[in-house]
Amino acid sequence: MFKWLHPYAKPETVYHLCGRLMPWLMGAALLLLLLGNIWGLAFTPPDYQQGDSYRIIHLHVPAAIMSMGTYSAMAIAAFTALVWQVKVAQWSVLAIAPIGAVYTAIALITGMAWGKPMWGTWWVWDARLTSELILLFLYLGVIALSGAFSDRQTGAKVASLLAVVGVINLPIIHFSVEWWNTLHQGASITKFAKPSIDPSMLWPLLISILAFKILMLALLCMRLRTAILVNEQHRPWVKAMAGD
Amino acid sequence: MQPRRQKRLFAILLVIGLLTGAVAAMLYALQQNIDLFYTPSQLVDGLGKDKIKPQVGQRLRIGGMVVAGSVKRDPESLKVSFDLVDTGPLVTVIYEGILPDLFREGQGIVAQGVLQDATTIKASEVLAKHDEEYMPPEVAEALKGIRHVPPSQQQPASGSY
Repeated sequence: MFKWLHPYAKPETVYHLCGRLMPWLMGAALLLLLLGNIWGLAFTPPDYQQGDSYRIIHLHVPAAIMSMGTYSAMAIAAFTALVWQVKVAQWSVLAIAPIGAVYTAIALITGMAWGKPMWGTWWVWDARLTSELILLFLYLGVIALSGAFSDRQTGAKVASLLAVVGVINLPIIHFSVEWWNTLHQGASITKFAKPSIDPSMLWPLLISILAFKILMLALLCMRLRTAILVNEQHRPWVKAMAGD
Repeated sequence: MQPRRQKRLFAILLVIGLLTGAVAAMLYALQQNIDLFYTPSQLVDGLGKDKIKPQVGQRLRIGGMVVAGSVKRDPESLKVSFDLVDTGPLVTVIYEGILPDLFREGQGIVAQGVLQDATTIKASEVLAKHDEEYMPPEVAEALKGIRHVPPSQQQPASGSY
């Protein structure tokens, strides 16, 4: 069933695939990022209650959604690395972690900047904010653990285990606003219900979400290529490419 | 699948399963502590199966909708009092200080303070809770019939403290 995937376990194939995809992904991401953000920040109507302050949603929501999306990608890679011991999957875990950490930090910082004028406080220990902060610590934990062992293999394995186990936090973040009383509002965009955000504001937001998604893939391609080169530097195909 | 991989697969699934159980049990046990605030009905009727009511003098947070027409301001100072409601009983909040921009009648707010008597709270901090609805002013006017006036241009509310 998964036979077609097997060639992609080979570092050389992945290296060239990432090299081919990267420029397209990066170009698309930058284009959509510019379009979504300029449209969202400058050309949407103000909100009826929040005025112009609501515009931070165009950074906050894409970053928050992708902080969780990136984590699931990292956890799937970690799971593959642990069970099937695919080297490329192992390197992907460490390539993804810093991207996700930055997305989470963006979500937290923009959220705080919005919270101060709207709620009246930078931070409150409610379930949504706390679980998102734990997500940041999980990312930082994965990065730190991978470097905490003198043997790189062991470090990567332990980091992957943490990444897999941390998946428990994702449903907690998502449902925190429904399970408990929180200061954070519920979701404005859900898959099944009609979004509770006006279409004139929704479209640039959806474009920004897509842009963050593609940007994550582009950055992953860049980082994975570097990781492959570092780990395979003594292999003949790398040496041949370097032109010795 | 090779037996070696199968063993690893089950080991990892077991670890995830056990940890999920542990976290679920922990969150269930801490349920009341994770809630950021009491709702007015929880404050009056008690919380959970055992109907535990907070004691007078206890520090707590209360969250609800500001009842229309209940906001009373003291013209001489920043003292303000208002009622909160969710589905049933009313709870009165007394506060002295600057209210957040989003504070208005019908708005959800969360106040932190000390319980004075069964239904009165002396708040030290009032936070506005925003809902998940975003729309331009014209749409809000057409849909909800609200014409939003920024707080800086609002008329002082009638009624005395």
